[in-house]
Amino acid sequence: MAENIGRIVGVNGNLLTVEFSKPVFQNETAFALSNDLRLKSEVVRIRGDYAELQVFEDTRGLKIGDRLEFSQELLAAELGPGLLAQVYDGLQNPLSDLAEAHGFFLKRGVYFQTLDREAVWKFTPQAREGDTLSSGETLGTVPEGLFSHRIMVPFGLKGRYTVSWIADAGEYTVEQPIARIKKDKENERDVSMLQHWPVKIPIQDYSERLRPNQPLNTKIRIIDTFFPIAKGGTYCIPGPFGAGKTVIQQLTSRHADVDVVVVAACGERAGEVVETIREFPELKDPKTGRSLMERTIIICNTSSMPVAAREASVYTAVTVSEYYRQMGLNVLLLADSTSRWAQALREVSGRLEEIPGEEAFPAYLESVIAAFYERAGQVRLKDGHFGSVTIGGTVSPAGGNFEEPVTQSTLKVVGAFHGLSRDRSDARRYPAIEPLESWSTYPGLVEREQLKAAQSIIRQGSEIAQMMKVIGEEGTTLEDFVLYLKAEFLDRVYLQQDAFDPVDGATAAKRQTHVFDRLLFILNKALHFETKDEARAFFHKLTQAAVDWNRTSMDRDEFKEQEQALIELADEVADYA
Amino acid sequence: MRRIYYRIDQIAGSVIILQAENVAYGELARVTSTRGTSLAQVIKLEGGRVSLQVFAGSRGVATDAKVQFLGRPMQTAYSEFLLGRVFTGTGLPRDNGPEITETAIPIGGPSVNPMKRIIPKKMIRTGVPMIDVFNTLVESQKIPIFSVPGEPYNQLMARIALQAEVDVIILGGMGLKHDDYLFFRDRLEEAGAMSRSIFYVHTAADPTVECLLVPDLSLAVAERFALDGKRVLTLLTDMANFADALKEISITMEQIPSYRGYPGDLYSQLAARYEKAVDFEGAGSITVLSVTSMPGDDVTHPIPDNTGYITEGQFYLRNGRIEPFGSLSRLKQKVNEQTRSDHRTIMNTMIQLYASARESREKQDMGFELSAWDNKLLRYGDLFEERMMDLEVNIPLEQALDRGWSILAECFEQKEVGLPSDLVRDYWPGGEDRSQTSEVRGQ
Repeated sequence: MAENIGRIVGVNGNLLTVEFSKPVFQNETAFALSNDLRLKSEVVRIRGDYAELQVFEDTRGLKIGDRLEFSQELLAAELGPGLLAQVYDGLQNPLSDLAEAHGFFLKRGVYFQTLDREAVWKFTPQAREGDTLSSGETLGTVPEGLFSHRIMVPFGLKGRYTVSWIADAGEYTVEQPIARIKKDKENERDVSMLQHWPVKIPIQDYSERLRPNQPLNTKIRIIDTFFPIAKGGTYCIPGPFGAGKTVIQQLTSRHADVDVVVVAACGERAGEVVETIREFPELKDPKTGRSLMERTIIICNTSSMPVAAREASVYTAVTVSEYYRQMGLNVLLLADSTSRWAQALREVSGRLEEIPGEEAFPAYLESVIAAFYERAGQVRLKDGHFGSVTIGGTVSPAGGNFEEPVTQSTLKVVGAFHGLSRDRSDARRYPAIEPLESWSTYPGLVEREQLKAAQSIIRQGSEIAQMMKVIGEEGTTLEDFVLYLKAEFLDRVYLQQDAFDPVDGATAAKRQTHVFDRLLFILNKALHFETKDEARAFFHKLTQAAVDWNRTSMDRDEFKEQEQALIELADEVADYA
Repeated sequence: MRRIYYRIDQIAGSVIILQAENVAYGELARVTSTRGTSLAQVIKLEGGRVSLQVFAGSRGVATDAKVQFLGRPMQTAYSEFLLGRVFTGTGLPRDNGPEITETAIPIGGPSVNPMKRIIPKKMIRTGVPMIDVFNTLVESQKIPIFSVPGEPYNQLMARIALQAEVDVIILGGMGLKHDDYLFFRDRLEEAGAMSRSIFYVHTAADPTVECLLVPDLSLAVAERFALDGKRVLTLLTDMANFADALKEISITMEQIPSYRGYPGDLYSQLAARYEKAVDFEGAGSITVLSVTSMPGDDVTHPIPDNTGYITEGQFYLRNGRIEPFGSLSRLKQKVNEQTRSDHRTIMNTMIQLYASARESREKQDMGFELSAWDNKLLRYGDLFEERMMDLEVNIPLEQALDRGWSILAECFEQKEVGLPSDLVRDYWPGGEDRSQTSEVRGQ
């Protein structure tokens, strides 16, 4: 196709107005050319002979009359072996290559190839010549770190293709053809390990989407026991600043029992990504014994990087997640924070002078958020294997008030809600997930009845605490006071977790069910005290013992001893009358 | 070739619109009218229409004013000779010194590649126990002082700047009262620190647009010093004025406001500045300490709210003291393990006890019964406020930690505070046998 060139007639912030003559399409990518700059941009609106484009870079220096080259492609992600352990910006530029070429600062208009073109991969064919396959089915595999990376029939191809040639086992680069497939005479094509996929369109080359029913354990007790998430499910973590959203995301990225973690650092502090980038290569994944980085992909578009690329970054991240799901892997996408992405939408919408919705967010905010979370899911692949994408997004509501559009739109579409509260974080009750407001629709680790009992203790305890503020401790009955202490105890030793302690910081599923059961056993005993001071002193002792228990590794003898000590403590005051 | 125009079509707020050709987005122009000369920046191109934001405001600009395009974006000078000098928000001398035109550097440059950042690890000592002990300031941190008008935030900032062991201090004043500017200058001169300081000062009387340039100028220069291996401390006061200037200008530009009149990109605008704080791998660093005054003492107001999401913690200054609750240094865990073995423990224990002391005080205020324990806590609360929180207290970290132990020993017995026994053995004043006496007093 001949190239399609437009002419810039307006510049307003990162929004260009461009006059064009040949056909263009919505969301087509283009490059603004000025001096020796090539700035990537995307069509966001078309009116008559004018297209409006958001530029993914700073637009300084662009002039009226500058040329703009339409690419005739949608914004696409590059997919193939070599994505794991990499750090990319929102447009999938490898940041380490950029640092090598341009030093301390990011440079606009510089785009590197996402995947190394020189690297060779050891290909093992799986399909045979004459096999008929459809899109997403496996032609062969290459080893990538921990996994066997599937090389698949390109996504989105319609109908069935016959393999007319397949490469022998051996080493190939991502661009070399490894197979030829054929539908009919006209439709014959070479397939390499590399493929491109438009980021805003979900990959749907599987046979069936299933209900998420497998719990995804994070080793955070309040999540796994009280507000569980599921493989293929969605959840959100809204919270005011300083409540610990990012710490929860970081802990989850370390401990979650999934195969691949994609971290989308979207419009947040650079320092936090740096911690992940610098620490993950040193940390060992307890499951595999390999470095955590080997199962991680970081897409980072931090707060001072260009805003339009921030919007692209979440789509890039989810596309990469779907790609690894197609290999029968469980992928967890952590987006921090979706509010910054929504703000990027708002900025573009404002420049387009669209009629604003609530708090000036565009009217389509809700459908865009819904469509994004809908890309999560557990699927059965065409070969019968299962794969999943789980999406967990943080939300940064203005003023910590959940009644704002982004939180509300998100709540409508997610399966679990982990609301963080300022009160809990101020009281240093970490993780600051509010147990009375949060919810989950996914099946959890423990029996429903047990969970209900625990939740009821916490609810009643909170009510009594409220009342005590008004009528004082002396106005509260001893019975209520003990219930209040029980709730505080459960909160302190189960809901709260010390992220810095190696044992307490990560509680495996098996330990959670065991500890939860024992604690409830103690709390269900009728305890007898003469005075409130006596009750308080008892619970202090009990708490201290349980905290020590939490810090004792489960496979040590002390664990059993400490458990026994707890039960005995409780028996001393148990009322068997 | 420089292009000159004499016909302005529209003047509104600080923005003028004229027809011009071959103009680049972000380019600078010089606008000359009978009232004087001002720089202006291209903020919008629409066909042949060019919108210019005039730094000195549009007051007195005539429709036939001379507009000369300079063919370059906003720049500022970078040189060793900047040290000891005071400039305006556009980089012109505010003192009586000569104009500096050496090495012109662009302002508002691109962001640092995250791969080139390192995890911060050096503590900045301030002599303020509420910072050093409880919320340690770390090199390359970005942290605001949240406060309300009338609080001594500028005094606190000046004190931190003087105590901090840094090579260069850059003060960016936005909407600063002239008195406050003089305060900073005199204070730094007295202490002999002026020779390593640079001031970019926009006072409340100066044009609004110049306010917006102050952080960019300050941080662009800071960045160059940092690349030359210097440790730079950048002070920005008051960022609320910066945000209000953004609001004022976006509204005159007829942009759709998002929340309480502030533009939708307030977060990105603030982040672009704060994120300049950095520890470069193999070069210097920039630490950003700012003041954000909270309108109506409301932390959910868009300015402190957006700031809190960007910065690495905050110091609450209220009633002349740094509040231990709400104040937070997100980076303190990176440094307080290496200072002294009791640092973290003292930090946590004293704050927990102080929180209990406040509860006891509430009980007292409500007229509820007080236990012996409550009375101990009340005494502890008073001592803590007097010997730790008071901003007059100016002692090094080690001395502050020792003081913490002596306050604990004065109010409690050893087993009441639940401290690890090895620390008690090493640090509890007068050894381990004092507990008997305090028990008597406690009852």
